[in-house]
Amino acid sequence: MLCALATLLLICLGGVVTSKGVGMAVPDWPTSFGYNMFWLPLDKWWGIGGIHDEHLHRLVASTVGALVVVLAVWAQLKEPRRWVRNLAWIGVVMVLIQGLLGGLRVMLDQKEFLASTLGVWFGIAHATLGQVFFSTLSLIAFVLSPTWHQFQVATEVRSHLSVDRWLPWIVGLILVQLMVAATMRHQHAPLAIPDFPLAYGQIWPDTDPATISTINARRIDPMNERDLVALHIHLQMVHRLIAVALVTLVMGVSWVLMKQGGLLGRLGRLWIGLLLIQFCLGAATVWTNKSADVATAHVAVGAISLMMGILLTVASRMRCEVRISKVSPCSRAKDFLKPASPTVAAEGGAR
Amino acid sequence: MKNCLSLLAIAAIGSTFSTLTAADITGKVTLKGTPPAEKEITAFKTDKNCGAAATGSVMSRNYVASKDGGLANVFVYVKKGLEGKKFDAATESLKIDQVACMYEPYIAGVMVGQKVEIKNSDPFMHNVLASSKVKNPTFNIAQTRQGQVDSKSFTTPETFVTLQCNVHPWMFSYIGVVDHPFFAVTDKDGKFKLSSKLPAGKYTLEFIHRKAGTFTQEVEVADGAAKEVALTVDAK
Repeated sequence: MLCALATLLLICLGGVVTSKGVGMAVPDWPTSFGYNMFWLPLDKWWGIGGIHDEHLHRLVASTVGALVVVLAVWAQLKEPRRWVRNLAWIGVVMVLIQGLLGGLRVMLDQKEFLASTLGVWFGIAHATLGQVFFSTLSLIAFVLSPTWHQFQVATEVRSHLSVDRWLPWIVGLILVQLMVAATMRHQHAPLAIPDFPLAYGQIWPDTDPATISTINARRIDPMNERDLVALHIHLQMVHRLIAVALVTLVMGVSWVLMKQGGLLGRLGRLWIGLLLIQFCLGAATVWTNKSADVATAHVAVGAISLMMGILLTVASRMRCEVRISKVSPCSRAKDFLKPASPTVAAEGGAR
Repeated sequence: MKNCLSLLAIAAIGSTFSTLTAADITGKVTLKGTPPAEKEITAFKTDKNCGAAATGSVMSRNYVASKDGGLANVFVYVKKGLEGKKFDAATESLKIDQVACMYEPYIAGVMVGQKVEIKNSDPFMHNVLASSKVKNPTFNIAQTRQGQVDSKSFTTPETFVTLQCNVHPWMFSYIGVVDHPFFAVTDKDGKFKLSSKLPAGKYTLEFIHRKAGTFTQEVEVADGAAKEVALTVDAK
């Protein structure tokens, strides 16, 4: 849980860095202005514009890395379920790759690659992997928690299987949405569409060269002087469409889950709540001209929404395995459960 | 010795002739209509260093125009008409300063290979991130000391190489890079003057304003004659 919370904090700090456009404020990596990152004197970074945000992000990232290694070692020594141990080590691999991506994003910022720069591509990968990493750690925290062990398998058996089939697809769509969002953010473009729910007063805005030229001529943003291109507007429109689709899908699925009650019902209620908050934060991001705090909250709730979808998918998958076995938990479902848990063992044995 | 003196004399005559046959192009760019209002850079209020360094409110500078509409910060250069001619890079440096958390100048021009000296006049750190959309060298340097100067140069014509500070992300400067010395940036009254060594001939001038757009004008200059160019652009 500590790892997951620290990672959420890290995602927020990363969101601030990208929202403010200060990712290059510390030009070197893994050193910071030639210093060992951990020994950069406080007066050289604390409270100093973009250096503060970027350097703090690096320090918290290092702390998260250390925490995940501790978690993996602990899991290796204490955790009986092999898949949980493996998940913890996958977390270690992810945090290493994530750190490397962050460093490469700084070091290769201006190198051209695939119609953009490596800085942009590494930034997109860094942002996306960060969200998946958070979900991975949250899943570990979830399966280690008392809630998981008190999961009432018996009450979930008569659930609606069609809903279960939707869950992985919705999670996939959330991931696509986060990748679109990461692409939007790491283009470091200004706010592509300044109004919502319409777009430049239209349902679908014009993006011909003359219109884009006029938009750029009229747009005054002291914090971001980059020009817009049609791609930026298209990306935001796709982001909006996916958002509507996700809210609709999650409302439908959560409604079914809520009717079922139990843990899944509670998670479903939380999920739809998160999606609605996320939708409002998306609108607020537009209305506040990408205010750094609102945009960062939007990033954070996006990460939590993905995590919630993954938890639901895993939990419902275990329930499906139970349902298929009809009379007793199948071996796979047993594997999900911690053998040492007397409550679960008793429930499994009762069926 | 006699031959040497003859050569020097020929060179001197050639130089004089060159001066006589070169033409001056001067002009003015005028903005017609009302551009969008500039905005205050409110980040100065929250950044203690920059807030202390600046005096009063600091505004964005997308459209800087005089009372009679003279539009500043237009990069003007000869786009066509000099093909096949080679020019040595100017020996003097272009100086870009960071003072009170703003770049000065905002828009500048430089020749390929000409030295660009980037200075930090502030008593705190800036980083200078140079971005190019072509093959110009890019860099990201930290200028930690007041008075620190770093020299760079660019290899390919481009409008514009962008300089930005990420510590203070509202700081931008744009450098037009051309492979000849016939360029200028309009002053606060919208006026400009191209180098007086432009040979007689027909040319296409290009005017680039980051917001108002890109415009061209055909000009023909005669030996030793001055040419006045006027361009009026409409605010979109």
